[in-house]
Amino acid sequence: MLETFLFFVFAVLSVVGALGMLISRSPVAAALWMVQVMLAIACLYLTLNAAFIGVVQVLVYAGAIMVLFLFVIMLLNLEDMPSVGGIDWRKVVAGVLGVAVLAQLLALVVVRFGAIPDAPSAEEAVAATDVPYLGVALLTEHAFTLQIVGVLLLAATIGAVVLAKKRFV
Amino acid sequence: MPELLVSIWEAVDLPLAIFLVINLLLVTASLLVYAERVVSAFIQERSGPNRVGPRGILQPFADVFKLIFKEDIVPTAGNGFVHSLAPVLMVVIAMSTVAVIPFAGTAEAGPVVIADVSVGLLLILAMTSISVYGITLAGWSSNSKYSLLGGLRSSAQMISYELAMGAAALSVVLYAGSLSIFDIVESQNHLGSFFGWNIFRNPVGFVVFAVCALAETNRAPFDLPEAEQELVGGYHTEYSGMKFGMFFLAEYVNLWIASMVTATLFLGGYLLPGQSLLVEWFGLGGLLLTALQMVALVAKTAFFAFCFIWIRWTLPRFKYDQLMTLGWKYLLPISIANIFVIALIVTAYVLLGGDPPSPFSL
Repeated sequence: MLETFLFFVFAVLSVVGALGMLISRSPVAAALWMVQVMLAIACLYLTLNAAFIGVVQVLVYAGAIMVLFLFVIMLLNLEDMPSVGGIDWRKVVAGVLGVAVLAQLLALVVVRFGAIPDAPSAEEAVAATDVPYLGVALLTEHAFTLQIVGVLLLAATIGAVVLAKKRFV
Repeated sequence: MPELLVSIWEAVDLPLAIFLVINLLLVTASLLVYAERVVSAFIQERSGPNRVGPRGILQPFADVFKLIFKEDIVPTAGNGFVHSLAPVLMVVIAMSTVAVIPFAGTAEAGPVVIADVSVGLLLILAMTSISVYGITLAGWSSNSKYSLLGGLRSSAQMISYELAMGAAALSVVLYAGSLSIFDIVESQNHLGSFFGWNIFRNPVGFVVFAVCALAETNRAPFDLPEAEQELVGGYHTEYSGMKFGMFFLAEYVNLWIASMVTATLFLGGYLLPGQSLLVEWFGLGGLLLTALQMVALVAKTAFFAFCFIWIRWTLPRFKYDQLMTLGWKYLLPISIANIFVIALIVTAYVLLGGDPPSPFSL
């Protein structure tokens, strides 16, 4: 009961954070809203019994990636974006209609193909995010995918080094 | 009636424990401030604090009263909300890490801990990695170039040393086979629970972890974020009054927690030296064992805290390039190689059917 309640609290917090990131005019404030989104999502994982994924979400996204974002934004010393003058109601209507069409399409996909799987029980969820289970699954069942991801990350790293070494004259 | 009392006790025992631990941490921080002054005075052959109370023991409290009564100044050109948020973040994050560290425990009775989390070690690393926000935001919201440079240095430094720290922690996980802090401590409870401690099984990991812990707490010789000579006060230049006091508090709580984590991961945590033998020969157990274990944990932590203070007043500060060279070119490759070696040792033991992997049991 408490977990369901907390789930919705953090769901609201993450949506509020996402809206704040979109609306705020200062880049640093936008990054801070983004941090709130990351932390709220981590708490969502925790309420869903996925402690490992929740903590890794904090460690990787909130702790490393967003710190780098903030670091770069502060180094660049960006000006605030000009505040929005008036609201263009035609764009608002267009956005609402777009979301409505998307919702219809998704509902159709779900109804037609039954795309939502049955929710696993709490015990199954805990077992599936157990660290040894994840490790074994990654190194046996998904070993090939893991290798591909590794090569991809290596390529990105090498690309970054090449770009950094390049002399821009 | 007893049922009611029991249910009341069950409702308040955890909040009570948390209240107690937080207040003990506050007292510890003031004791550490005093210890730092006394040790630095001893190293520099000065008298040190000797005016407030017997042997100056009340000096930290005098400092806190002075800070409370000072005016709190918020830079007008800065961001007031973030300026107030940053010191709170620092203190809250520093204090919450202690929740996952077991203060005592046995394999039969389970741990004495506030939150027995299955991924406790990762939680500690995550807390460490988000504590950089406090310093970075303090630097940015002050709208001062010295503060900003201090904040930027701090985030670069903490990101760099986090990797080596995580890799060193991983080598501990390999021995324990679990991310739970309690399991990690209990995995060191063999070979008379002294030679099984990770400092003997994994000396390289210990050195790397201790250096990284020093860097993560931003203490000398890694105190570039607050280098007085070039940055005035670094990230807290624009802070005054109790907000500055909160940074001060967070620094000492972080020092204590870093010592406690190092002691837990590498020095057997709450384990008494020779605990398994004491239990076997004298039938030690129950409340006496728990109390002795708490004393052992505090003693180990105090030892590391003393070492950190000693290092601060002995070594000069690194230059920025030396900092980056040490972090990326030495500590990170060493800790990755260490993981590889430890993984080989553990694999060899598993293949040979042996249980406790330790070089002393060969």
